[in-house]
Amino acid sequence: MTYDRGRCEEISIRVREHILAMSTDGGCFTGASLSCADLLVYLYTSYLNVRPDTLTDPNRDILLLSKGHDVPALYGTFAELGFIERERLANHLDCNDHIYWHPNRAVPGVEFHSGSLGHLLSVGMGMALSIRMEQRASRVIVILGDGELNEGSIWEALQVAHALHLDNLVAIVDRNWFQANVRTEELIPLEPLDEKFRAFGWNTARVDGHDFDALHACMSSLPIGTGRPTVVIADTMRGKGVPSIQERADRWFCNFTHDEVAQLTDELHGNAVATLVSPTLIVR
Amino acid sequence: MNRYELLLRDRCAIDPRVMVLTAENRGHMRNVPPYLGDRFVDVGIAEQTMLGMAAGLASRGRVVIVHALAAFLTLRAFEFIRDDVAIPNLPVIMVGMVPGVLSDGNGPTHQAIDDVGLMRGLPNVGVFAPADEEEFVEGMAELLDNPRPCYVRYVGTPTSYHREERTTLHRGVTVCDERECCPQVALLTYGAMLPHALQAAQKLEQQGVSVRLIHMPMLAPLDEAIIVEALNDATMTVVVEDHLIRSGLYSAVCEIAVRHRIAAAIHPIGLTTWFPAGRLPQVLRVTGLDADSIAPRIRTLLNNESAPERPTTDEISS
Repeated sequence: MTYDRGRCEEISIRVREHILAMSTDGGCFTGASLSCADLLVYLYTSYLNVRPDTLTDPNRDILLLSKGHDVPALYGTFAELGFIERERLANHLDCNDHIYWHPNRAVPGVEFHSGSLGHLLSVGMGMALSIRMEQRASRVIVILGDGELNEGSIWEALQVAHALHLDNLVAIVDRNWFQANVRTEELIPLEPLDEKFRAFGWNTARVDGHDFDALHACMSSLPIGTGRPTVVIADTMRGKGVPSIQERADRWFCNFTHDEVAQLTDELHGNAVATLVSPTLIVR
Repeated sequence: MNRYELLLRDRCAIDPRVMVLTAENRGHMRNVPPYLGDRFVDVGIAEQTMLGMAAGLASRGRVVIVHALAAFLTLRAFEFIRDDVAIPNLPVIMVGMVPGVLSDGNGPTHQAIDDVGLMRGLPNVGVFAPADEEEFVEGMAELLDNPRPCYVRYVGTPTSYHREERTTLHRGVTVCDERECCPQVALLTYGAMLPHALQAAQKLEQQGVSVRLIHMPMLAPLDEAIIVEALNDATMTVVVEDHLIRSGLYSAVCEIAVRHRIAAAIHPIGLTTWFPAGRLPQVLRVTGLDADSIAPRIRTLLNNESAPERPTTDEISS
């Protein structure tokens, strides 16, 4: 895979457009999707050994979206990279397709469904173990939310992954500092997060999850194959790229009017600031 | 090596897909790890992680057998079974140890007496309740021949009844049926209850009560035909189970009766709450699940059937 920052930036704008387009007519988890958009764009364009024509190749790399509610970022990336047709995103929330609020395997590129938090780290461990036994070089990447780290099953899995020396496994925490409706540190403080993972026997790295050069430098230097699993804490920003909804606890799930989506898309492109009238949604 | 250990050793030798996982529960397969090498994984006391890993392994084409105490497997890891095994319909065989009364002295935390209800409620998941080690091993072999999600109530006791044929996972088994047609009592049971129900049936026969005893090794999917036939043939049907009456085989039989519009007398002999912990023979006695309790209970039920009385208010409210 060759890394091209310009291409990453270009695609990430398109992916954000898709996320905003899905934030109406029923809506989606806009804030959480925008925080990991750059991460997914970088991984699928520049890191993972997987393309639309290698989706059944047993040697492909695997990405699992454990925080499944940010799936608009994944589908936006899939649409831009040719895993699915762009037009299919218009089927969002249509029962006749499978484009809904959480990933599922009816969409090409999705390796395992999710929705309930705290599952796919252990599923990824099973895949990583199998891949090691198959003597393949594939890597397994699991995207975790920071709020998801509240789940006890994560910390159970961390211990077992360390015990099994799963060094082909990389967890990436989308550290956007928010969980559903509140800041993480105001509810269940997570920091010092690196130290917690290190204490569980994992290699750790920390990176700006919106800086493509930094992501590339970080991911290119990961200690794969050293006998330990690795976690990358990617510091990100909820709502990144759209200032009106950036870092706002109340913009986790958004269902905007068509006019608001048009304004927010303008804002994404650096033009006028949007005026939002849609009510704040508290989902939990 | 016990029969299960031999099965695991031999299957792993011929089928490279098979993996054996345990949540630090290996008493019944202590000798097998050296033969399995990296295909045996003990994840420690981590049932949720084990189920998630099993799904990940199965998604790569492996057939995975997981082991844990039945209560922890079906309750603590329930959502992992539902989300990661049942929804994608992955070939993970889930063996629960000391189910039902077999947890004897452990107390209520360890009592899997709702496991059949939980597992049979899940789409795609089978429920296998063998009566003894022989049947367990034969059933496991069949599951490995045709892998699919299945919960297994482990029973490791030696042979508990004489069988004409090898157990299959499709049919209920008529264990005894002296009269062959229209018995007074159809007695349905499964798993560790079978030898006790068999003893009770023998006692009843000696007392002149005709009994058709049917063992249901597979609780999901159920052999409905054998149940419908029993409901139609017998004066009275009794379900004996070391499980909560609600949601277990009794509930399933009632569902079948309603669906087939059979107005039958169906009585449960099972559990209504957690049972007092103790040694197994005493547990069976105090829960009314030993032969000495089952037989007279059935005679009383039968007498009431032949001379029905209006139920008292107490009976209705209970």
